[in-house]
Amino acid sequence: MSKMAKQSIIPFGPQHPVLPEPVHLDLVLEDETVVEAVPSIGFVHRGLEKLVETKDFKEYVYIAERVCGICSFGHGMGYCQCVENIMGVETPPRANYLRTIWMEMSRIHSHLLWLGLLADAMGFESLFMQSWRLREKVLDLFDMTTGGRVIFSVNCIGGVLKDMDIGILSVIQRTLDDMEKELRPIADTFLQDYTVGSRLRGLGILRPEQAVQAGAVGPMLRASGVAYDARGLGYAAYGDLEFEPVCAKEGDSYARCQVRIQEIYQSFSLIHQAIEKIPQGPIQAAAKGNPNGEYFMRIEQPRGEAVYYVKGNGTKFLDRFRLRTPTTSNIPPMLDLLKGCQLADVPLLILTIDPCISCTER
Amino acid sequence: MNGVNDIIPVTMEQFLPAVIQFKMDGWRLVQICASRLPGQYELSYSFSNAYDLWTLRLTVEEETSVSSITQIYPCAFLQENEVSELFGVKIENIQQDYKHKLYRIDRDAPFKEKG
Amino acid sequence: MGKLAKSPWLLHYDGSSCNGCDIEVLACTTPVYDIERFGIINTGDPFQADILLITGGINSQSESVVKQIYSQMPDPKVVVAVGICACTGGVFKECYNIKGGVDTVIPVDVYVPGCAARPQAIIDGVAQALEILQEKRVAYKQQKKGPKEDTK
Repeated sequence: MSKMAKQSIIPFGPQHPVLPEPVHLDLVLEDETVVEAVPSIGFVHRGLEKLVETKDFKEYVYIAERVCGICSFGHGMGYCQCVENIMGVETPPRANYLRTIWMEMSRIHSHLLWLGLLADAMGFESLFMQSWRLREKVLDLFDMTTGGRVIFSVNCIGGVLKDMDIGILSVIQRTLDDMEKELRPIADTFLQDYTVGSRLRGLGILRPEQAVQAGAVGPMLRASGVAYDARGLGYAAYGDLEFEPVCAKEGDSYARCQVRIQEIYQSFSLIHQAIEKIPQGPIQAAAKGNPNGEYFMRIEQPRGEAVYYVKGNGTKFLDRFRLRTPTTSNIPPMLDLLKGCQLADVPLLILTIDPCISCTER
Repeated sequence: MNGVNDIIPVTMEQFLPAVIQFKMDGWRLVQICASRLPGQYELSYSFSNAYDLWTLRLTVEEETSVSSITQIYPCAFLQENEVSELFGVKIENIQQDYKHKLYRIDRDAPFKEKG
Repeated sequence: MGKLAKSPWLLHYDGSSCNGCDIEVLACTTPVYDIERFGIINTGDPFQADILLITGGINSQSESVVKQIYSQMPDPKVVVAVGICACTGGVFKECYNIKGGVDTVIPVDVYVPGCAARPQAIIDGVAQALEILQEKRVAYKQQKKGPKEDTK
């Protein structure tokens, strides 16, 4: 392209058909090619971290869950585990297993949601519908076990609030087996269909060293071949279960899609393992006193590693709660990817990082 | 597996060399966080390599400026902007400085005062 | 019901919600709940929308966006506030950056409570909005005819 190419700026968002959430980008274009993307966020900034100073830390669990409606279970769990670590509360094993089961169910729901949105962004309407139809089955399981479809409120400091009996666990097993069968044709369409492949392959390639330097996390990082999955830290019941981080080599949009689909199968396996091994016993440990100290807790959310920081001062009001969500980390590599891509690919590229703006801005 | 999860206090002079060292060793920037102490700010910069997490803890006076690490880790720009907008920490030379216009809140530095 | 009420187009905007209600709004358009059986189409274009679904409370930045979208929609139009945050501010009411419910910025016709609002409740809210839309349409026609009749 000649150096004289005229630059123009195209505003993208905040209200945009492919994005369910508001985010705004100023795209600097030379003809059809993006040369720079400048994000401006803050449309959903509420200031949740500040509420911790005026709310009881046990009550705050409900607000932590509402940081985001898609990753809600994980946020509640991450916050609770962080506070438990400071207070030295040992959660009962059964509670750890229940948390793991719910967490993996959240991952299935989140990844299916993302697959649907991806199909929608490509204009593949029926694939979108099929993915979301399948997702409803996980939501039914949530409804049955917690009473909520997207916000569950089952975490508390010291364990969980609801138990699953043997009947419920077997329903979960059966439903997951059904889902596994139904997911096959959907997954095959994503991974083998010519149209989908031609839209995704080679788009937005992120090299491994580039991914690490830009701070990518989660499926974004693993699709570039870096085997880091915070579940390997063995929090909750993950230490007792067998799994390997799902990786791909190519680092393009197709690889990110592939990693997420394989993670759904991995979650099926993790839930089955957890149901087989789940011990009997109490689901809550008493948490006496107030947290005094600080801790950094990492958990693997569907979108990647999330970091929770809690600083307590011995009263029931915490000094500071900080949440670094996966999307915050994934925006800088996304901006790298946008440079040099075509205008028509921008919505798709933004989607492949699985952005969760509500998490990012809190 | 239980990775390292340590907080290391550093002084202003040690801070940038430590960050450069992390960068040279191929560590990933995990998060930047500020919290409030009376008359001071406490800044935490976390870096990770595989399952290890190291946090550099920098304590600065309210009026002291901290130099940005975006020259070393360009991806820090979002979180540095957030820290300076929400807490009012003075961070110098951010590569992409939003000048307190990232979240565009009505109130100035809402986290500066307690409650 | 008139033509418009048989095939209203829907626009969804996220004020400052946690996504919970947003994905439920989207879930309404998918096979299990299927809001399209009422002839409703989810559009992304305010100029072609009749019903505005807003989730989440209003903050200082989304205020102007919401006002703009509302002003771009053609008359008659109805606004449905989905979820408790859109109704009153909900759990986020005390946050420094939340102004309150959607009705602090634009007039709201139907309030759908819940955290998150269930798809059944959202569909019920939209069905009520359809009736209001029809009433508004009749009133709008009357208003347009009004001055002409006076001159006669």
